[in-house]
Amino acid sequence: MLINLVGGEASPARAAGASMRRRCAAALFRLPRSAGGRAAIAVVLVVLTAGQAWAQFDFTGSWAPLATEDVQNDSVPVDYLGLALTDEARVRALSYDESQKSMIERQCAGWGAAYMVLGPFGLRVTSQTDPVTNRVVSITIGAWEDWNEMVIWMDGRPRPSEHALHTQAGFTSGRWEGGALAARTTHVKAGFIRKTGVPLTDQATIDWRFFRHGDVLTVLMVATDPVYLVEPEIVSKGFRLSRTPLDYRAECVTGYEGREPGDSVPHFPPDQNPFADEFVNLYHLPREAVLGFPETLYPEYRKKIRNTYVPPPACTESCGVAGNFVLRR
Amino acid sequence: MSAPSAAAAAMVLLALTGATAVSAGPQGAAPARSGRDAAPIDLTGYWVSYVTENWRYRMVTPAKGEYRRIPASPAALPLINSWDPAADERVGSQCKSFGAGAIMSVPGRFHITWQDADTLRIDTDAGTQTRLFHFPAGATRAAAAAPSWQGVSTATWERANGPDGGGSLRVVTSNLRAGYLRKNGVPYSERATVTEHFDIAPLADGGRLLLVTTIVEDPVYLTGPYIVSPHFKSEPDGSKWDPTPCSSTW
Repeated sequence: MLINLVGGEASPARAAGASMRRRCAAALFRLPRSAGGRAAIAVVLVVLTAGQAWAQFDFTGSWAPLATEDVQNDSVPVDYLGLALTDEARVRALSYDESQKSMIERQCAGWGAAYMVLGPFGLRVTSQTDPVTNRVVSITIGAWEDWNEMVIWMDGRPRPSEHALHTQAGFTSGRWEGGALAARTTHVKAGFIRKTGVPLTDQATIDWRFFRHGDVLTVLMVATDPVYLVEPEIVSKGFRLSRTPLDYRAECVTGYEGREPGDSVPHFPPDQNPFADEFVNLYHLPREAVLGFPETLYPEYRKKIRNTYVPPPACTESCGVAGNFVLRR
Repeated sequence: MSAPSAAAAAMVLLALTGATAVSAGPQGAAPARSGRDAAPIDLTGYWVSYVTENWRYRMVTPAKGEYRRIPASPAALPLINSWDPAADERVGSQCKSFGAGAIMSVPGRFHITWQDADTLRIDTDAGTQTRLFHFPAGATRAAAAAPSWQGVSTATWERANGPDGGGSLRVVTSNLRAGYLRKNGVPYSERATVTEHFDIAPLADGGRLLLVTTIVEDPVYLTGPYIVSPHFKSEPDGSKWDPTPCSSTW
């Protein structure tokens, strides 16, 4: 049987391969029960089964994050650079106040699946094997303090009903394809695509590709959301194989942070967010880019602002590699 | 051998061949195939930058002196702080930020074609640059070239170790003219090496995504590898192709 775990159509090449395997199997059933015939059956069965769970690289181990790309975008409260938001998403994001995370009932809510590449941590990857068949059942990316572990089911189990429980981690299944591990996450809880309050609905789908080149792992995330994203949010983040085991597990402990139980949820009227222009003014950035308008993601936009953009003054503080965060004044 | 046994043997061979050929690689059989014939993935076509990362460093020119997220060495700092785009223009070096160390991060459109059976070609509309990726036979011919913005690139296919085919393109570029990793003068030297991995992923809308993991190593101006992974959406044709010359200020 041709396994198609991520819900898309099987490729023609995969279908042709499956067809060939079916023909091989049919021919074998017509063989006499001789020793040679049984040996042939054994060989072909090994080949057939190997094709369905062929790990194309060793993913297990610890992968340290590379800090050479700006993918977090969470240093200032209003930074939606690189996003293609709907108007509704923009309004919701502008109404978000980071003080919400000071509410005791939200302190340990954590972040959704997308935070795997948006957060600052590395990956601790293990695999789980069926003790009888010795085949990989799942691959797990270990949890952080504010992110739930991701279990990538590799055993072909069906995706849950659309009415099944949605969680921060969602449901993820995967397969090896073209030299990469391909996976799809659904059943996520409504949450955020960025820590600055940019929302994501529970209808979102996240497709993942894990590419390994030597000691470098590139994780590609393609997040789609019919409500809040006009175009997919695509992030590719690099990691490097770590000889030292990484472990970011930590218990989340709630504490008093100035909000009493029963207090109202901190928020801003969207048109009165006091931070709306902070990033704009800090780096002379176009407002529509900071607010995540889709046109700003394409080269045409660069030409459009060529004659209006004025570079900021020369950098004098926290200018270098150690200053990975935006300097707020 | 009886007819059924012969059929079984044939089937076994067919199954074995089909399942293992991709892991044997292009060098396994007697006659070496050309880079084009051996391609496990199709990179050709028009591609457009989709700038969802490093926006502030790619879509606009950052402030002079800022080099966040680049592991610049102490030797690079005087150059970073004395960046003078007008001086670059005066000496004809306005393409310093369009060299192989940075060109794939410059927002623009990219046209990938086969120049010949062993040379994959990338044309860029931003800066009107041309990159030539030589598969082994062609690489020897190009090795003696003078340093240039795009240097000399050798390419190899890395085939997937599985029954579904696929794989990726690995390109190593050296023999470069000194250039900039960013528009605001963060330098790389003539001793820099650029290693790139080109991967393809399908998109839900039927389109394709090109991902280029780029590793710049420079013993002079970097303390460690500078690794980025710009990505590109496929486009149906060249109708949005808009060539613009190099500029040191934009």
